[in-house]
Amino acid sequence: MIHPIRIALPAHLRTLAGVEAEVTIDVASPVTLHRALEALETRFPMLRGTIRDHGSHRRRPFLRYFACARDLSLAAPETPLPEAIVRGEEPFLVIGAIAGG
Amino acid sequence: MSGVRVLVGTRKGAFVLTADGNRADWKVEGPHFAGWELYHLKGSPADPNRLYAAQSSGWFGQLIQRSDDGGRSWETVGNEFAYEGLPGTHQWYDGTQHPWEFKRVWHLEPSLTDPDTVYAGVEDAALFRSTDGGRTWQELSGLRSHESGAAWQPGAGGMGLHTILLDPRMPGRIHVAISAAGVFRSDDAGVSWRPMNRGLRSEFMPNPEAEVGHCVHRIALHPARPDVLFMQKHWDVMRSDDAGESWSEVSGNLPSDFGFPIDVHAHEPETIYVVPIQSDSLHYPPEGKLRVYRSRTGGNEWEPLTEGLPQRDCYVNVLREAMAVDALEECGIYFGTTGGQVYASSDSGDHWMPIVRDLPPVLSVEVQTLD
Repeated sequence: MIHPIRIALPAHLRTLAGVEAEVTIDVASPVTLHRALEALETRFPMLRGTIRDHGSHRRRPFLRYFACARDLSLAAPETPLPEAIVRGEEPFLVIGAIAGG
Repeated sequence: MSGVRVLVGTRKGAFVLTADGNRADWKVEGPHFAGWELYHLKGSPADPNRLYAAQSSGWFGQLIQRSDDGGRSWETVGNEFAYEGLPGTHQWYDGTQHPWEFKRVWHLEPSLTDPDTVYAGVEDAALFRSTDGGRTWQELSGLRSHESGAAWQPGAGGMGLHTILLDPRMPGRIHVAISAAGVFRSDDAGVSWRPMNRGLRSEFMPNPEAEVGHCVHRIALHPARPDVLFMQKHWDVMRSDDAGESWSEVSGNLPSDFGFPIDVHAHEPETIYVVPIQSDSLHYPPEGKLRVYRSRTGGNEWEPLTEGLPQRDCYVNVLREAMAVDALEECGIYFGTTGGQVYASSDSGDHWMPIVRDLPPVLSVEVQTLD
């Protein structure tokens, strides 16, 4: 089964991908952290390497993952995303560290 | 009428500055890749419309951009820089061993003959090559796996491979420079490498004349005479007349022999340019005066070039990638500052004017001479 997943990206990655707001990506069941990111990178290949390393898929250190107010930054790649994400009711968030002047 | 295109990389994007052969009226386009660091952009000598750009960010890592229309539009190409084999370790600041980790691309050097072939110098120091226009990258691992590799150590700015010189006369000859390991040369297109640091002396090292460990900031050559190399080292301006086999100091009467860039006049192989900086702890010009120094004798005898440059209260720096020359009949010289100014001279350095004054800090300047 295919699920349209909403993903919110930091501003620089939206510019890079050529999108203005959230993106909606089709992800096949079971919808896991890894599958959602893999589908995002397949749809927008220019994002490869910008959220997680190419080979290891290790999350870049200044980024974090959130879903339904849960911090999934340290979750295993096969972690299922919450039902509200799978149903498209809530976006999966990729968030960059805040940098001040 | 001929013209020039100046490619400027800054802390917050790339800018393309263009002018006709008079170099008096300039058009400034940008920022491209706004908000990202552009360590370097460079055009292919074989196809001036083919440009490569190294775009990076502490958050999102490294990207490589390619343009096929002189910088009007860009395409994101490959950004996977995987060290060949097990990366191993190099020396860390405290003398312990530290894993080799890719951090960013410092320098892109397109082939002299093939627009699809381009070299990338990266941090932690290694040399990569693409033969498909930047889509995929392969490490030339003979450099990093040199027997001295475990002894290489970073400078304060990181262990970057920042200079790549392709010899126009000997296609297999490549010089690279690494901070703080020194100069290395390959004569077999990057398969094997030798350190080229004899004659360098660096007082901060336990053995000041060691084979590797020197903080070379920049090397340059004139394409008509590629066996003669010029170097701005951390301290000392040096020259080699034997393709790097040995070096001698030519700092001469410079007010300071610390600095970052060095470049060679397009038509006078013995005319060279540096920007003296007070010291490694201050990183601004002596006496608050921004002066380019020119030697018409290949070093030792230097003259200050000040006309049009600020001669009081100036405390900017000029980084290693931030100077270039054009190839018009009257050679143009260009440099960018950490204060966001890009200065140009259309008469070999006698007179200067700012092309643009208020860019983000300038990381790199390259020039293309267009027909």
